[in-house]
Amino acid sequence: MASKFQRSNRTGWLMAGPAGLLIAGFVILPFFFAFALSFTNQRLISPNPTEFTGLANYRQLLGMAVLTVDPVVDAAGAVVLKDGVPEYPAIRSFTRNNPDYPHLQGMREWTSFTWGDSRTYILARDVVFLTAIVNTFIFVIVVAPVQAGLALGLALLINQRLRGINLFRAIYFMPVVVSIVVVSLLWRFIYDGNSGLLNNLLGAISFGAIPQIDWLGNPSTALGAIIAMSIWQAVGFHMVIWLSGLQTISPTLYEAGAIEGASKWQTFRYITWPGLRNTAVLVLIVITMQAFALFAQIDVMTSGGPLDSTQTIVFQAIERGYGKQDISGGSAISVILFVIVLTISLIQRWLTRERT
Amino acid sequence: MAAITLTGLKKSYGNAHVIKGVDIAIEDGEFCVFVGPSGCGKSTLLRMIAGLEDITDGTLDIGGRVVNDLPPKDRGVAMVFQSYAIFPHMTVRENVAFGLTIAGDDKATKDAKVAEAARILQMEHLLDRRPSQLSGGQRQRVAIGRAIVRKPQVFLFDEPLSNLDAALRMDMRMEIGKLHKALGATMVYVTHDQVEAMTLADKIVVLKDGLVQQIGSPMDLYHNPANEFVAGFLGAPSMNFLEVEVVSANGDKAVVRNAALDPVEVPVRVGSAQPGQRARLGIRPQYLAPTPDTEPGQLHGTVMLTERLGSETVVEVQLRDKTPLIAALTRDAVFALGTPVNLGFDPAMTHLFAD
Ligand SMILES: Nc1ncnc2c1ncn2[C@@H]1O[C@H](COP(=O)(O)OP(=O)(O)OP(=O)(O)O)[C@@H](O)[C@H]1O
Ligand SMILES: [Mg+2]
Repeated sequence: MASKFQRSNRTGWLMAGPAGLLIAGFVILPFFFAFALSFTNQRLISPNPTEFTGLANYRQLLGMAVLTVDPVVDAAGAVVLKDGVPEYPAIRSFTRNNPDYPHLQGMREWTSFTWGDSRTYILARDVVFLTAIVNTFIFVIVVAPVQAGLALGLALLINQRLRGINLFRAIYFMPVVVSIVVVSLLWRFIYDGNSGLLNNLLGAISFGAIPQIDWLGNPSTALGAIIAMSIWQAVGFHMVIWLSGLQTISPTLYEAGAIEGASKWQTFRYITWPGLRNTAVLVLIVITMQAFALFAQIDVMTSGGPLDSTQTIVFQAIERGYGKQDISGGSAISVILFVIVLTISLIQRWLTRERT
Repeated sequence: MAAITLTGLKKSYGNAHVIKGVDIAIEDGEFCVFVGPSGCGKSTLLRMIAGLEDITDGTLDIGGRVVNDLPPKDRGVAMVFQSYAIFPHMTVRENVAFGLTIAGDDKATKDAKVAEAARILQMEHLLDRRPSQLSGGQRQRVAIGRAIVRKPQVFLFDEPLSNLDAALRMDMRMEIGKLHKALGATMVYVTHDQVEAMTLADKIVVLKDGLVQQIGSPMDLYHNPANEFVAGFLGAPSMNFLEVEVVSANGDKAVVRNAALDPVEVPVRVGSAQPGQRARLGIRPQYLAPTPDTEPGQLHGTVMLTERLGSETVVEVQLRDKTPLIAALTRDAVFALGTPVNLGFDPAMTHLFAD
């Protein structure tokens, strides 16, 4: 018999109320706020009135252009060589007060390549933000498959009836329980350039052949170091999700497979993996979303450096909105992230849809 | 070929001894049924033959090879499970072809073999469906299809029909019987349904608490049960057992009586009877018939309940000494509740268990 409270609609709403209010106040409302603010020039604290600026913030963030320039030639039309390489006119001459190129005004070089004689520059209005987008995508593209795969591997190993298997489950799950801020702080010591654990370990196993590396201080290793740590930290969480998926597969299916003579690999391919379809979709979407939200590790470990090599979208949003008090810019970044994540989720759903 | 010989087979889970030394010889091409009450170890024994459970002790010989330590795939057996165990994400065709896919057969071979299996099981029209689009009986057909397509020497069935409704169960039972005739393979079939056992088996093995009670042909077990358990287990309704006193004994005959039973001379089937000893007299309900008041009745009681099943009428009688008795009467006999009744029987068809 359901009690009076369980049947009453009003009681239900009242009980859901506090949580609902908090969600509305801290998730739904800010979501719409961010949309609205991203079309203005609002600053965090400012005496000036807010103005509607249309897409200016987006243009500022995403503005890009391609510029192809020919080498500098002398009066005879021959290419001027400097130290054996052709010389090109300075980019600054196009992007600073050049009336012929008004659309390049204020842009900076993001990257460039040479094609034949001429050189092509990719210019961006906000080079740091573009770097942040690229870094975030690298992070997602590496973390999603590697973390999902490792987690599946662990889940398969741990889904056996062995003595003490629960101890292993607990060990693998432990990093998930610890706050990511604490984990990041600890890993700063591991990655330390002088006497970090990792350097000592590498030194010991290579008898000193591998030099000491400042993992977080080197632009070529910093993002990789953060990727490795992030995979390690959350792999246990996804292992548990895979594990729950594995346990929904009926043991008699495995017995049927064994009778029919399936090898280990065939058992995985024909029985386990198809049985994990829904879990795989879930794990992939959750990892992707979490990966796009990469922030705490960056904030604690590198603050986006060195040389912007670990800038990420969320870090930029916070940095802009609160660090630089440019709340409308930060809002625009949030909206861009939202659109990216939404698009990717829809694509993933479409790719993993039930085919009949 | 594929005779199966179990010698001193034992299975323990830690301290729990589930199979306690079983010897069974199943001949090539034979249909052998394991029956017994729930928990007696039928499935465990079958799974030991399949290779899904380790053998604690004893030897298992299939087709002249000791297979104790061989994995399931090397034993040349196919198995049909109670829960069907068909793969939900594969079509019927893929399910049936599974063993061939695993073995790496090419598509043409697979198609031909699947088509043949589908024809035998009359499920050609189901081949492109998914298991979720099938009824229970159809699923079980798919499971059987997967088993026959590899043409194994030995088929193992673990209660394949118990998830089906009564009508379908009868159909499938007949089909399995036909299949056995058509394939001529050795089949081992586990059930706790004695009708399935009686109708399908060449040889029945009655199990109880991990021990073999009796092995024999269905009619042999029905007419010559080795003990009270077998006598009570086979036949429906099950055999009546009356507590009787031995009045006199003479070799393999004895005169017995009790408060509701006039003295009668019956054959001694099990044990040896001594005068004054207590024993149990087994009478199948089918061998009881009402006798007119004027004739001296052999059993005297009162009608408590009648159930008319059409083909027979089952009457529950309370005997004079308050023990219940079931009689299955072929006639359309109608008895009012509470009427006194005398039941006669042929003493030669009774079973006296004296020990
Ligand atoms: N893994 C196990 N550990 C301990 N005991 C087990 C295990 N598996 C089965 N048993 C025991 O073995 C006995 C026989 O089980 P089994 O499944 O063979 O019975 P069964 O005759 O098939 O019964 P049913 O008709 O209910 O299927 C049961 O008492 C059961 O409790
Ligand atoms: Mg069973």
